[in-house]
Amino acid sequence: MPLASDEGGSGFHAPSIADFFPPPVLWEGTIFEFNRIQLVRLIAAVAIVLVFVLAARRARLVPGRFQNVVEMGMDFVRVQVAEQILGKERAREHTALLTTMFFAILAFNLTSVVPGLNMAGTALIGLPLLLAAWAYVRYLSAGVRAQGLGGFLKASLFPPGVPWFMYVLLTPIEFLTVFILRPATLAIRLMANMVAGHLMLVLCFSATQYFLFDATGVMKTFGALTFAAGFAMTLFEMFVGALQAYIFVVLTAVYISLSVEEEH
Amino acid sequence: MSAAAITAAVVTAAESSEEIKGIQLLLPEAYDIFWSAVVLLLIAIPFFKFALPALQKVLDERTAKIEGGLAKAEQAQAEAAAALDEYHQQLAEARAEAARIREDARAEGGQIVAELRTRAQDEAARIAETAQRQIEAERQQAAVQLRTDVGALATELASKIVGESLEDEVRRSRVVDRFLDELEATTATSGKGA
Repeated sequence: MPLASDEGGSGFHAPSIADFFPPPVLWEGTIFEFNRIQLVRLIAAVAIVLVFVLAARRARLVPGRFQNVVEMGMDFVRVQVAEQILGKERAREHTALLTTMFFAILAFNLTSVVPGLNMAGTALIGLPLLLAAWAYVRYLSAGVRAQGLGGFLKASLFPPGVPWFMYVLLTPIEFLTVFILRPATLAIRLMANMVAGHLMLVLCFSATQYFLFDATGVMKTFGALTFAAGFAMTLFEMFVGALQAYIFVVLTAVYISLSVEEEH
Repeated sequence: MSAAAITAAVVTAAESSEEIKGIQLLLPEAYDIFWSAVVLLLIAIPFFKFALPALQKVLDERTAKIEGGLAKAEQAQAEAAAALDEYHQQLAEARAEAARIREDARAEGGQIVAELRTRAQDEAARIAETAQRQIEAERQQAAVQLRTDVGALATELASKIVGESLEDEVRRSRVVDRFLDELEATTATSGKGA
C-alpha cells in the first residue's frame, strides 16, 4: 500500500491539514488553480462516468455481468433510498438526482484508498458544499412546487399542532434547521469524515514507514502493528466512504420528503 | 529513538504547515468551488442526459417484456386448461356412448334370445300338436278298421257256429250291433269292476 503522501526522505511525516492544500500545479493564484486533489477529482469523475456510459451504451434486455452490477447499484438507490423514503410515486422524479449523487460521492470517497490517488475528492469542502447546495436547491424547490411558497414556509416554519406562543421559540429554530443547518451538516459531515479517514490512514502508514526504516531494534516490530492498523483502516475507510455516500442521499431524500409533505 | 524524536518531527511538520489554519478546511477556496463545479457537471450531464435514461429505458422495456411474458404464459395456461376440459368432456361422452352401445347390444341380445326361445317353443308346440293330431287320426282309423274287421270276423264266426247264413243285410247288421253292444257293456262292467 503506497503512502498517502510520501516525502521520500527519512523522519516521521505527521499527517496535517497541509495535506489538503497541496502545492498548485497549474494556474497558481487564479480561480483555475489546479492541484493534486483536483486531478484526483477529475480521475474519479471520468471513471464513474465511464462505468455508467459504457453500461448504458451496452445496455441489453438480458443484462451481462457488468450491466447486472450497475443495475444492482441503481436498484439499491431506487429501492432502498428513494422508494423507501419518498414512496413509489414521489420517488420517480427524484431517483435520477439521488442515483447521480450517490455514485458521484461514492467515487470521490473511494479515491481515498486507491493507491496513487490516496485522497478523497470530497475531503476538500468545495465539493461537499456544492453537493449540499444541489440537495438544498432540490428540496426547497420540491417543497415550493408541492405546497406553494406560502404553504411551504408555513409548513416549515410554523409546524402545526403547537400552541401559538411556542412559535417564538420554534420558528427561529426551524428556520435555522431548514435553511442553514441541513445543508451545512450535509457538507461538513461528508468532508469531516473524509478528512478524518485520510489523517488516520496517513498516520498509520507514516508510522509504519518510520518504524520499519528509521527505527532500530525492537521498535521495528511496531511497524507490523501499525501496518495491520493501516490495513484495517483502509477497509474501514472503504466502509465509511460507502456509508457516507448512503447517508448523504438518505438525508437528501428525507429533506425532500419533509418539504413536500404538508405535515411532519 | 525516543518519543522526543517523534514529538520533534510532529512539531516540525506542524511548523511547516503553520500558514494553513484549521478553519480553511471549512472555508472553500474559489478554485476549489470552480473545480468542484467542473467535476460535478462532468458527472451530472452524462448521467442525466444519457446514462440514466438509457438504463431506465432498458429496465422499463424488461419490465414490459416480463409482464407480457407472464400474460402470455397465463393465456397459454388457460388455453391448456380449456383443452384439457374439452378432452375430459369428450372422454366422458365417449364413455357414455360406449356404455349406451353396450347396453343396447345387451338388450338386443336378450331380445333375440327371447324371440328365438319363443319361436322354438312355438315350433315344438306345433310339432307336438301335429303328432297328436296324427296319432288321433290313426287311432280313429284303427278303431274304424277294427270295428269293421271285428264285425266281419264275428259274423263269419257266428254263421259258422250257428250254421246259419246271415245273408240278410238288415239282420246281420242287427246281430253285429247287438253283439258289439254286449261286448261294450261287458268291457264297461269289467272295467268298472277292475
